[in-house]
Amino acid sequence: MTEPQIEIQLIAAVVAIACAIPGVFLVLRKMALISDAISHSILPGIVIGFFITHDLNSPLLIILAAITGILTVVLVEAIQSTGLVKEDTAIGLVFPALFSVGVILIAKNANDVHLDVDAVLLGELAFAPFDRLLIDGIDFGPKSLWVMGVVLLISLILLFLFFKELKVSTFDAGLSSALGISPIIMHYGLMSVSSITIVGAFDAVGAILVVALMIAPAATAYLLTEDLKKMLGLSVLFGVVAAILGYWFAHLLDASISGSMTTVLGIIFLLTYLFAPRKGLISVLYRQRQQRTEVSLITFLLHLNNHQEKEERHINHLQEHINWQRVRSKTVVDLAERNNMITVENGVVSLTEKGLEFTELALEYIITNRDEKIEHMKDDFFLFRG
Amino acid sequence: MTIQEYFELVFTDYTLRTITLGTAVLGAICGMLGSFAVLRKQSLLGDAISHAALPGIAIAFLLTGTKDSNLLLIGALGSGLVGTYWIRGMILKTHLKTDTALGLILSIFFGFGMLLLTFIQKQPNANQAGLDKYLFGQAATLVESDVRLMVIVTAISLFILLLFWKEFKILLFDAEFTQTLGFNTKFIDILITFFIVLAIVLGLQTVGVVLMSAMLLAPAAAARQWTNSLAMMILLAAIFGAFSGVVGTAISASQNNLSTGPVIVLVAAIFVLFSFIFSPGRGLLFREIRFRQNRRDLELKKTLQFMYSIAKNHENTSHPHAIRILNDFRGFTRGTLRKLEEKDWIEIHGQNWSLTTKGYETAENLYNQQKPHD
Repeated sequence: MTEPQIEIQLIAAVVAIACAIPGVFLVLRKMALISDAISHSILPGIVIGFFITHDLNSPLLIILAAITGILTVVLVEAIQSTGLVKEDTAIGLVFPALFSVGVILIAKNANDVHLDVDAVLLGELAFAPFDRLLIDGIDFGPKSLWVMGVVLLISLILLFLFFKELKVSTFDAGLSSALGISPIIMHYGLMSVSSITIVGAFDAVGAILVVALMIAPAATAYLLTEDLKKMLGLSVLFGVVAAILGYWFAHLLDASISGSMTTVLGIIFLLTYLFAPRKGLISVLYRQRQQRTEVSLITFLLHLNNHQEKEERHINHLQEHINWQRVRSKTVVDLAERNNMITVENGVVSLTEKGLEFTELALEYIITNRDEKIEHMKDDFFLFRG
Repeated sequence: MTIQEYFELVFTDYTLRTITLGTAVLGAICGMLGSFAVLRKQSLLGDAISHAALPGIAIAFLLTGTKDSNLLLIGALGSGLVGTYWIRGMILKTHLKTDTALGLILSIFFGFGMLLLTFIQKQPNANQAGLDKYLFGQAATLVESDVRLMVIVTAISLFILLLFWKEFKILLFDAEFTQTLGFNTKFIDILITFFIVLAIVLGLQTVGVVLMSAMLLAPAAAARQWTNSLAMMILLAAIFGAFSGVVGTAISASQNNLSTGPVIVLVAAIFVLFSFIFSPGRGLLFREIRFRQNRRDLELKKTLQFMYSIAKNHENTSHPHAIRILNDFRGFTRGTLRKLEEKDWIEIHGQNWSLTTKGYETAENLYNQQKPHD
């Protein structure tokens, strides 16, 4: 590995960590799309900042752009509060308009500005190591590493200082105001940190891919855990893994680094989405099928309990009368037989002792709607779930 | 070129005519279908889909090696639909919320698309230039066949819209009721979503991935302010959309260095702003006026009520009282007194006021909702 390569991976990892932390809270607060809005609408802020400073990494530019980001949030909320359009429409109206202003500003001043929309939207990590921080001629390393390092440090400090407050206000705004923690201050604090992170990162990974770095690790972690600390840890881990794998993937294909980082994030998410132990698609589908069978079984047992006549209890009757398909009736009957709930003689199904007891329990379960009364029943109820 | 010259040229110049027609038709179809997106709370679906279409364009190019815009659009349609389907799956099957699902698909698909685009750029066959136009859109690259395609798609979607009008409408306002009536809600839902995706994909070449969502939302959000009828809203949205397209093209053609997409979006945004403020039914201006009127009316009645509470203690209810004694009551101003006199509720003689019979009766029944009041 050459030195620029190490530096690129370092920058990518720092950006990923810095984005993952506010991202977790945005996802939990159902505000993931605000990051998308901010990342687009900072464009006019960046352009105006660039007119003033002529330096993409200047702190003034970052502050100006971050203010535009917060302005976006304020504007979106102002439009939402008029009630004229639904909430999501407000977001969808504000950011394209601001983005357009930015594009037009760039286009009208194309001659004096060495800034193009592609660079802002897409970024290029490969060039980041060549913009060095020089103080008195001494090389302190890449500028963007310093910028993102400072951003990361600030958000880490804020995270440790206000972890409890953030947690409470994220999960229960009512409780948080009752405890004297203003949800509004937490909200705007989080928005400011997100805004600054997005502005700091756009240069390296581009405005749209910042969104991926914020949302994807958090969403992936959310499928795996419900513990906030673990979720933060996992998000950071996914971010860093994507940064490093993404770099080498891009190296292999000779393509955009930020694009391949996002692709790696996408693959990680896809795998988690499919295979996550409890929240993944496959396990959800499996559980839904099981529950369907369980409900069918209970219906079947109740039916048996209600009918003494032989013809009503005949196995063919299941398909004719209850209108189940062959496969489903077979699954249900097999399940009941395996659990010694029923016996089948000459095609006539009858309840066993255990089945009768279970049916009574089931009836009680259905009739009683109060949760605390059926709490103890739940255990022996879904006995097939393993 | 000034705007005036533009309008003189638009009927004779081939390029200008094509572009103007293209943006107008695009604006109309986006406004029409965008109305559904806005009312179904799927406003940001457009944003997600337009980004999700990017890898489709790249893959279509990689597979075929041509830049035929129809082929690329089919690719875009494919990946847009995959993105939409995945978003639905995520919302239905996991505990991830709509916003996370949209943001995720948007950014991941776009990132993957960028990866492919940069990969294509490094390929030896140098035929790839011009794929970037899908990022920001270039109305200038519209040719007659593109416009023809837009017109055909608009006609088809208009036909489908009229054919399934009742189903679309009922699904929009009460999905559960629709299901109980025995309609196939899944099919109708997929049909609407398909056409929304189609409109987005059509617009990519003109306004680009990033601004496409505004094209879809803005005309519909503006139209929503002027009417409560779905048909009217769709019609208005189509008109607003087409108008933004034409005006945007005119402005961008009359200036140097102005790309069409952002200008169209800004024109549409101005429509929205204007509608927010000035629409008579819902607009902020008239709402504020109504609010003030109500408040003034309330104050007037509060003063009357106070006078009534004084007057009812006297045998003669029209007994004059000094204006001075109203002083510790806040609702009273000189203006209110004059208003009360105009309404014939009180009479003023010098420094004294007295309730009229009409005023006394009104005050008596002020909080009595059973009696009709004037």
